[in-house]
Amino acid sequence: MRLSEVGILLFMVDCILCNNYIFSRFLGCCPFLGVSSKVETSIGMGLAVTFVMGLASLFTWAVHEYVLMPLNLTYLNTIAFIFIIASLVQFVEMFMKKSLPALYSALGIYLPLITTNCAVLGAALLNIQSSYGLLESVLNGVFGALGFMLAIVIMAGVRERLESSDIPLPFKGFSISLVIAGMMSVAFLGFKGLV
Amino acid sequence: MSKNDNNLRGVFINGIFNENPIFRLVLGTCPTLAVTTSAMNGIGMGAAATFVLIGSNVVISLIRSFIPNKVRIPAFIVVICTFVTMVQMLMQAYLPALYDSLGIFIPLIVVNCLILARAEAFAAKNNVVRSAVDGVGMGLGFTLSLTLIGIIREIIGAGTLFGNQLMGSGYEPMLLLVLAPGGFIVYGLLLGIINAIGERRKKNSKEVTSA
Repeated sequence: MRLSEVGILLFMVDCILCNNYIFSRFLGCCPFLGVSSKVETSIGMGLAVTFVMGLASLFTWAVHEYVLMPLNLTYLNTIAFIFIIASLVQFVEMFMKKSLPALYSALGIYLPLITTNCAVLGAALLNIQSSYGLLESVLNGVFGALGFMLAIVIMAGVRERLESSDIPLPFKGFSISLVIAGMMSVAFLGFKGLV
Repeated sequence: MSKNDNNLRGVFINGIFNENPIFRLVLGTCPTLAVTTSAMNGIGMGAAATFVLIGSNVVISLIRSFIPNKVRIPAFIVVICTFVTMVQMLMQAYLPALYDSLGIFIPLIVVNCLILARAEAFAAKNNVVRSAVDGVGMGLGFTLSLTLIGIIREIIGAGTLFGNQLMGSGYEPMLLLVLAPGGFIVYGLLLGIINAIGERRKKNSKEVTSA
């Protein structure tokens, strides 16, 4: 399937708003609940995830298409993908440290966390499951990660306000964050059927 | 011997109550939110994760002295991945309906923080028997919690339990709870309620000791 410009735009809206990775696919909830308490750090985390998820989608798609499929080893998908993602993260970290020190000092600390972010592996598996082509896979990775970034940035904004509000003690922390995430998810439900 | 028994029981109970992975440690939230649309899905996901947890805990505990410290995380991931692939293939062969409804969350058990956390925090430091018991306890805690969330969402959101019609025909199902937002809201409220119960019990036991 070839994507036209309009198709790409629709795909973007679909990934970011209609099928948001956090609010409707439930991928990447751990960093979403654990990390996001400051807007700046969550932007950093979001950018790092976008970078890795785009690259990971590209590499996992290529490995699946050109290595595992011809050899009939598709049952090794999970193992192969997690290795690609882990080594990719390691490689990106080393590369950034050497040649882009400014970017590294901004995003470096988030990189090790990304290996266990299930959105990255989830995107790789979804690409295969929905039999996306190369371009669609990479776009799915990048746009999906942008949707993730949107979610954690909004959440961080809400959390900053939450610090000073009066919440019953047992509901402080994860509990109230989950309920708020639920309400945001209701809002995102409104985008369903847009594309 | 009896002391050792007590100790094992402690490890087992720990996983279900004191360090319940879902309500105490808040680990592995993605599958918790995603698959608990019905009680059966909760049990299925819990069973799959328990299998992986026990298997990886035992194997990691067996090989813990051979793994160089520097590469321990990749080594753990390989072990976990092997068990996940086994579960995936077994489910696909024997429980195809459940496999379809759990979807990509079966392979995603690999990146479930709970399993890696137990490997790192427990299996890498304890002997095989203790690690296996910890796997069973944690797995059971995980399964029970998922099933509880699944039961609540299924009854209120669809009016059924394990697929059987529970509410009368006049019941209007609250569809929101089986949709995505319901997962967040039910989990969040349950977490708060369990925190409140925990605090009250702690307060009670303090009053008893002070009196």
